[in-house]
Parts: sequence; C-alpha cells; structure tokens
Amino acid sequence: MDVPQKSIVPAVEVRDLAIGYDERVVLENLNFAISPGEIVCIMGPSGCGKSTLLKHIIGLYQPLKGDILIRGESMVNTTAERKKTLMRSLGVTYQGGALFGWMSVAENVEFPLREYSDLTAAERREKVLEKLSMVGLEKFGTFMPAELSGGMCKRAGLARALVLEPDLLFFDEPSAGLDPLSSAELDKLILDLRKRTGATVVVVTHELDSVFTIGDRALMLDKEQKTLVADGKPAELLRQYAGSRVGDFLSRNGTAHR
Amino acid sequence: MKKIFSSCGDFMVFLGAVAGAFPEIFRRRTRRWREFFYYAEVCGYQSLPIVLMLCFLMGVVLGIQGAIQMRKVGTEIFMVDLIGFSVLKELGPLMVAIIATGRAGSAFAAEIGTMKVNEELNALRTMGVDPAGFLVLPKLCAMLIALPLLSVCGDAAGICGGMCVGVTVLKIPVAAYWLRTMDVLGIAALLSGLIKSAVYAILITLAGCYCGFSSSGDAQGVGRGATRAVVMSIFMVVISDAVLTLLFSFIGW
Repeated sequence: MDVPQKSIVPAVEVRDLAIGYDERVVLENLNFAISPGEIVCIMGPSGCGKSTLLKHIIGLYQPLKGDILIRGESMVNTTAERKKTLMRSLGVTYQGGALFGWMSVAENVEFPLREYSDLTAAERREKVLEKLSMVGLEKFGTFMPAELSGGMCKRAGLARALVLEPDLLFFDEPSAGLDPLSSAELDKLILDLRKRTGATVVVVTHELDSVFTIGDRALMLDKEQKTLVADGKPAELLRQYAGSRVGDFLSRNGTAHR
Repeated sequence: MKKIFSSCGDFMVFLGAVAGAFPEIFRRRTRRWREFFYYAEVCGYQSLPIVLMLCFLMGVVLGIQGAIQMRKVGTEIFMVDLIGFSVLKELGPLMVAIIATGRAGSAFAAEIGTMKVNEELNALRTMGVDPAGFLVLPKLCAMLIALPLLSVCGDAAGICGGMCVGVTVLKIPVAAYWLRTMDVLGIAALLSGLIKSAVYAILITLAGCYCGFSSSGDAQGVGRGATRAVVMSIFMVVISDAVLTLLFSFIGW
C-alpha cells in the first residue's frame, strides 16, 4: 500500500514568469520555488530587475506572463480582494524604510495593527514596544522618521513589517546606503528573526557579503540574458561557476566567505 | 494628442479609485479623523490670515474702482451693490480658491509625489491600504469644510474693504452702507458663492492629488507635479466658475 507523502507547499513559487514595463521585457522564463523557512537572496548587477521582480512577487505589479504563487495561492489569477488579503499577509521592508513622515516611529509600527487588529490601545502599545525591541529601537518610539539615521529607518520599517507577524518577509536592498557595520547588524537581525519566527525570508541585494552571511540559497539574475542564470547555495555557486560571469560577480564582491 | 487622451484616461481611473474608496468614510476603522483635522488646520485655519488680508484689499481695490466710475454718473450708492454681489458671488470664492491652490493643491501634489519617491505608496499597498482612500478622502473632506468657511470669512473681509472706501471716499454713513448691503444681498448670493467654493474644493483636491499620484518617481517629478497641480487647478476652477455662473444665471441666482 502506498503511504501518502506529505507535500510541502512552497512559500513562494514562480512559474514561467515574464516581467517588464508596458511591452519592454525585463526578465523572462523565470521558474523557481522557495521553501518555507528558507532565506533566499536574489542578486545580480544593478539594473538587472531584482527589485522589479520583488515588486511583482509581492503583488505591486502585474506580470506580462506566468504565475506567482504565495503559499500555493496565485497572486496573479485571483480577485482584487483576495490579492489585497494576500499582500497584507506579507511583511515587506523597502530600501529607505518607507515610513510615513507625519507619524512617529511607534505610530508607524502601530499603523497595521490599527488597520487590521481588534487589539485595545494598551495591547497595541505593548506589541509595538515588543517589535521595536526586536529591532533595537525601543527608545526611539517617540522620534519622527526625519530624526532617524538611514539604518534606523530601515529597522523601524522592519518593525512595522513584523507587527502583524507575517511568515513571509521581503527585503528590498536592506544594505543599500548603509556602512559595513550597520549592514552586518541588519544581516544579524535577519538571521535572528528567522531563528525566532521561522519565517521565510527573501532578500534582494547586490551586497555579496550579505548573501554569503545570511543566504541559504542565492538566485542570480542576468541583465543580458534577462533571466535566472544560477540557483544554489552561495558557496557552491562560487565553486560551480568559477571562471564564468556568475563566478566573476561572486568573487569580485563577496570577500569574507570565500 | 495621444498623450492628452492617455492623461484623461488616467484621470478617469483616478476618479474611479477615489469614488471606489468613498465608502471608507462611513466605516469606523477607516475614518481618518487625525488626517482630517490636520488638513483642516493647514488648509483652513492657517490660510485664514492671508485670506482675510487679500480679500479685504480686494474689496478696497474694487471699492476705489467702483467709486470712480459710479461718481461719474452720480450713482455712488450702487457701489455697495457692486461690492456685495461681486465679492459674494464671484471674487470671494475665487480668491479663496486661488490661495487654496497655491497653499493646498501644490502641497498635496508634492506630498503624494514625495511619498511615491520614498515608496510609501507601495508600503501602503502592500499593507492592503488603498492609497486613494487613505490619502485623498481626508484631504477632500477637510477642503470641503474649510473652503466654504474661508469663503464666508473672505466675503466679510471683502465687504469690509469696500465699506472702508465707501465711508471714507464716498462719505456714505456706515449704517447706510450696512443697511444697503443687507437689503440687496439675498441668501441666493451667499449660497451661490458657497456652492462654488465647495466645487472648487473638490477640483483643487482632485487635481493636486492626481498630479501627485501621476508624478514620475524622482525629485524633479515631484516639482513638476506640484507645478502641474497649480496650473490644472486654476484651469479647472476658472472653467467650473464659468459653467456655474451660467447655471446660476438660468435659475435666477
């Protein structure tokens, strides 16, 4: 008798995806799946479409072709209301933090709770403090975003992304504009988060040190071929693609983990 | 030509999004009181001094010009009618709209454009919050309350300006000026001005917000969006003024 096997639904699955603006194709023939709990880094040279791909995965843009599945559910072929619900279940942090300038840091973090939870004001405050503590900003709740440094804005954005406790986190260029120390702190924070929450993390970056530090897996995009050219563990990719353009990209940038 | 049609299409899509978000006003959770009061203060209360000053001066200028012409034909008392009607029905709401365009319309475009550059609009969308409802409706409600109120204040200041000229230049007694004003100005004159103000409020807010949403995602785009908001608002205000004046003339207002 066959024993039924428990199938694991990928946290994110991309099927035959083509993305672009209007009729201009940026990336095509994309096929990959991300397992629950994985940290996957999407990397590639500037302008290859990393952030565009992320924005398609999180539902901000409509792809030219193909499908994107979040926990097995299509983000493309679905109703507007269902798509909104799916999008809400994702935690997304943007390059600059994308904090609302007229709200304090604590109010920014509280915002999704006010929108979607029935918690009392005291419960919300407690939750906000918990998330701010997670990112090391518990003393900065009353500050306005303009009073924070770039790294702190990103961490506050992360606290806001975490407040509804999503199991899928997306980071768009978390290291952009940060000094190496702040960048390393953010990497450590991402690793801690995965350890604590077991969340699936997708990071778009071209900082190879980050890829080697946090990535279970790396996806390499190529600007000229307009598609995914490498998929695997970062260290393995470095060995496997030695001498090619992928290996060259990895060895020129990632120094600490070779 | 293709660009104009494309822009018109985009504006229609934007109007549809705002209309679609309208029920949010009636839901407790999506009623944005804080944003409403913030914009009511910025667009209304903070604009009051400049509205009072400009409308008063406009009344003075109109009074002087009117006095010169009326004196020629010996009908000085009709200057009161001229001031009252033109301020209440036309110049008061128009002056307030122009000030609101400069203060609020361009600010709305710049604010939303900057939010676009900073990816705050994307952040709202990924949080499942409709940017049209979140950003446009509180501004629209605040402007709908603030502009008619400002218009009433501007009307009063304009009439006071005209009265100063009437009393000092034409030697019309204050009581006589006041009685004549009350005598000739009916509720219709006030109402037509208030309706115009409300329409201007809607147009200025929609033009400002649309130019913010449609601005390109860079610093230059934000500047261009703010400029476009002012031009578009003034254009729409003048067009609507002509249409409304025509409509009111048909119903005898």
